[in-house]
Amino acid sequence: MSGLINFLQRLGAFIIDGMAGLGRSVTFLISVLMGFKDVLLRPRLLIREIYSVGVLSLLIIFFSAIFVGMVVSLLGYTILVDFGGEESLGLLVALTLVRELAPVLGALLFSGRAGSAVTAEIGLMKATEQLASMEMMAVDPIRRIVAPRFFAGLISLPILTIIFMAVGVYSGYLVGSEWKGVDAGSFWSQIQNKVEFRHDIINGIIKSIVFAFVVTWIAVYQGYHAMPTSEGVSKATTNSVVYSALAILGLDFVLTAMMFAS
Amino acid sequence: MSNSLVKIRDVHFSWDGRRDIYSGVDLDIPEGKVTAIMGPSGTGKTTMLRLIGGQLKPTQGSVEVAGQEIPKLNRKALYLARRRMGMLFQSGALLTDLSTFENIAFPIREHYDFSETMIRDIVLMKLELVGLRGARDLMPSELSGGMKRRVALARAIVLDPVLMMYDEPFTGLDPVTLGTIVTLIKELNNALGLTSVIVSHDIGETFSIADHVCILSEGKIVAAGSPEELKNSDSAFVQQFVNGHPDGPMPFHYPADDYAEDLLKGHKS
Amino acid sequence: MNSSKKVEVLVGALFLMAILAFVFLALNVSNFSGLSSNKGYKVTAQFNNIGGLSTKAKVTMSGVTVGRVTAISYDKKSFRAVVTMTIDPSFDYLPEDSQASIYTAGLLGEQYISLETGAEDASLTEGSNISLTQSAVVLEEIIGKLLVSFTTK
Ligand SMILES: Nc1ncnc2c1ncn2[C@@H]1O[C@H](COP(=O)(O)OP(=O)(O)OP(=O)(O)O)[C@@H](O)[C@H]1O
Ligand SMILES: [Mg+2]
Repeated sequence: MSGLINFLQRLGAFIIDGMAGLGRSVTFLISVLMGFKDVLLRPRLLIREIYSVGVLSLLIIFFSAIFVGMVVSLLGYTILVDFGGEESLGLLVALTLVRELAPVLGALLFSGRAGSAVTAEIGLMKATEQLASMEMMAVDPIRRIVAPRFFAGLISLPILTIIFMAVGVYSGYLVGSEWKGVDAGSFWSQIQNKVEFRHDIINGIIKSIVFAFVVTWIAVYQGYHAMPTSEGVSKATTNSVVYSALAILGLDFVLTAMMFAS
Repeated sequence: MSNSLVKIRDVHFSWDGRRDIYSGVDLDIPEGKVTAIMGPSGTGKTTMLRLIGGQLKPTQGSVEVAGQEIPKLNRKALYLARRRMGMLFQSGALLTDLSTFENIAFPIREHYDFSETMIRDIVLMKLELVGLRGARDLMPSELSGGMKRRVALARAIVLDPVLMMYDEPFTGLDPVTLGTIVTLIKELNNALGLTSVIVSHDIGETFSIADHVCILSEGKIVAAGSPEELKNSDSAFVQQFVNGHPDGPMPFHYPADDYAEDLLKGHKS
Repeated sequence: MNSSKKVEVLVGALFLMAILAFVFLALNVSNFSGLSSNKGYKVTAQFNNIGGLSTKAKVTMSGVTVGRVTAISYDKKSFRAVVTMTIDPSFDYLPEDSQASIYTAGLLGEQYISLETGAEDASLTEGSNISLTQSAVVLEEIIGKLLVSFTTK
């Protein structure tokens, strides 16, 4: 009996904590979004942050896209060739990349490369009282530090995802056509016949926008609410990556069901 | 006594909702004077400065700065009020991705649309005051602890605040720099008509420039007055603090159970 | 100043790359460009059964793509499917009595229309109708027929 009560108590505490956390992160998000105007007024800050989250992530996105495109093409070829369907290789490569792999892998890589860096940076600024000192200089750290990073992430990830899609499909094409000898014409014409610009490519980009929103939200929230110690910052960085990965994969299922299942 | 710029009345505050670190603090900071807040480590002196700056809200009581009730201000009004405050952080808290020069220029750039030459003039003037004009291109990671403190001091005064708060300005400085900083604080106060609040443990330096000293201990102001008054006070507590005797009524320990009992607990289990 | 210029240039380059990638996706990796290449003349053909044929399927001659299926409808009077194809204008010499058949590329591949040339001198033009057609082979039908022939033996 007391075990049950204990369990219920803990469940209650867990739910209340969860609600409080959700409330905190939503209020935080709102105050970050309110910084939109300040970001627009100072595009230089935004450009700097796009550089550090976007440009610096380009290399890893680029090379991952090359390898992923090659692997998908190679695997697809070995399966399709048994059915004499290697003509459809282009379609297979394009659809898997555009609908799924580019948005999801792009977001996972982005959270590991840029999200964790943003969390650590903001967390360290908090731990070393830089954020507090800004507040005392009458500079709102949410608008000066957090908002530019948030919007930079929101812009960068979809851009990187588009690059991922293009590079991935092209490297898949190179493997299929140059190595495996699939006819280049049918590779592309299959794609052009079956890949719908609005349905597939735009939906893939919409996925990446949703992921960008969630990943950067988690990153800045974890950094800003990190415990101001070295352990706290390291925990926040881990949380940022772990929560982002879970959120990306979970949301991906929901979005895929909404976009492509019917 | 002149008007109080800061009026703190019956303030209670708790970090975790359980232990109150203040049990009703009343504190007045007279305008245009140097006020020192002293007290044993961990009594909440830094916390007090944060309450004045509006970074923390008291659980109870009022914090009034220049007639404004700080905890009740909305975001915008609070940020406006902070433009007239300067704070020197215990750690310096320089922005690590900006050079010394840019750190000091930071508040100007954020709040005003000054020309580059004007910013340069202001920044170099403040750097000259703290004797670090030559270090303008160094990054914070290339500065020593004492140099960081001096840069932070230059940054804190760059917006010409009305109220300056110094958290431990004297620790970690060599004797010459220490002397310069002490004079600087005094001169800033006299020349610019600032109101200064100093949090420090350094009896000698603090007493030499403070007009008014408050001693904070166990959540209360236990003594207040001019340095002379405190030196001649007959309270055992004040005598112990001022002279630094290890034994006396001043608590050195963080609140805890009885020592002997605590030790015994370990043996029982 | 110099480093902030570099940052701006690199961010600009990132955006440029993204725009190029986007154009590549739009033109080569989707049917976006198909909308504009609607030039050509339309001919129709009626089939009893089009199987899994869909719009944008290829129309080939001896394996060469000469056009695409642009519309599929159903004719109420003849109870047959009407397939409209758009043939590229450079193939304006296809004989009028050509035959249209629906084939499947590979076992699981796309269905497409193959035209076998006839002998007439007159060529197909805008609005022509191909009267000789051969419907799609539907696997279930063949299996059904086979089963019937096995069981009746
Ligand atoms: N971020 C925090 N979270 C929880 N408790 C805190 C926090 N900061 C300080 N405290 C507690 O508040 C009390 C007062 O801390 P504060 O930093 O104000 O002391 P202080 O008087 O400035 O000490 P010192 O002279 O050593 O700097 C301490 O007992 C400390 O345990
Ligand atoms: Mg302190």
